[in-house]
Amino acid sequence: MCSYRAIYGPGTFNRIVAANVIGTKAIVLLIVVGYIIERPEFIDIALMYAVIAFIGTIIIAKYAERGELCLR
Amino acid sequence: MLAIDLVATMFLAAGAFFMIIGTAGLLRFPDFYTRLHATGKCDTLGQILIIVGCMTYEGLSFITIKLIFVSAFYLLVGPTGTHALMKAAYASGLPVWRKGDKRM
Amino acid sequence: MTAMKKESMAFSIALTFCVMFAFWMLLSAWTVYLLEPYDLLKVSSRGILAALIVSFLTYEIFVPSRGENVLLKIRRLIPYIGWELWQIYLATIDVTKRVLGILPVDPRIIEFDTTLRSDFALVTFANSITLTPGTITIDIEPEKGRYIVHAIAKEPAESLTVDQTMQKKVGHVFMEE
Repeated sequence: MCSYRAIYGPGTFNRIVAANVIGTKAIVLLIVVGYIIERPEFIDIALMYAVIAFIGTIIIAKYAERGELCLR
Repeated sequence: MLAIDLVATMFLAAGAFFMIIGTAGLLRFPDFYTRLHATGKCDTLGQILIIVGCMTYEGLSFITIKLIFVSAFYLLVGPTGTHALMKAAYASGLPVWRKGDKRM
Repeated sequence: MTAMKKESMAFSIALTFCVMFAFWMLLSAWTVYLLEPYDLLKVSSRGILAALIVSFLTYEIFVPSRGENVLLKIRRLIPYIGWELWQIYLATIDVTKRVLGILPVDPRIIEFDTTLRSDFALVTFANSITLTPGTITIDIEPEKGRYIVHAIAKEPAESLTVDQTMQKKVGHVFMEE
């Protein structure tokens, strides 16, 4: 359902929101699938992916605000 | 045995329901700022409910502590990411929707 | 190494190392507690190495000499977190009602001032505004304590500027800095 907004959404920011929501659902899906298959290692993968998705969102937001990543 | 299964299934169903509502808000709301409202709040609570549902299946064990860490991390980090996106959009001049405008 | 006294730098490195190593033990080597001490040292050597590297790179966070009455603030923070979780639940119910069309959508932007000045209090208040029903923080100015907030309808905007329940609660936790 979010890919509709990711493809159609007018402008950059709507697509960033769709990417964030897809990332959040991927974390939850990893945990549930890891529970069904009965391998507890999937929770570590979910934790790593949560950290990486958060940092990616912050970096893209900072870039879209200023036009550059750090003061030069 | 049956009572714990029922409670955990209720938590999982509620979490999935709230996530679906959040994404439906993403499609239905007329403006970028209101869409951020929908996803930023609903996704956080839906995720916490699903993880609490998974936790009640296990009982108190090694896996439960890791699940507590994942949910606490997302509880701190989710609203911060939402706020960062909103600040970037406001500073780069995205127009705000008032009541009665065209849908954008 | 930046400008910090030698004793407080060593103490903060030690404190960071202890916290990081406890965290690693909790996540990885939980069941080794039951074996003999020699096996424990062999398994947790990776944890000691990782915790040492991390604490040498990021020791400036846990400086203990900054801020007074830290224990009192932590003791008052815990009921505030409980109230916060209840507000998250109310916020999601509110968004559900607006998505399904029961309540109207009528967004607006408001600005107001607060009396909070320290970093931690401003950040906690901004996070709380994002988690209460109907409002998200857009921008803050740390000098004057001025918040720019986007509200989704008139009732949450009223509860933030007119009632001021949340400012009183955060001011009570941080003793109105």
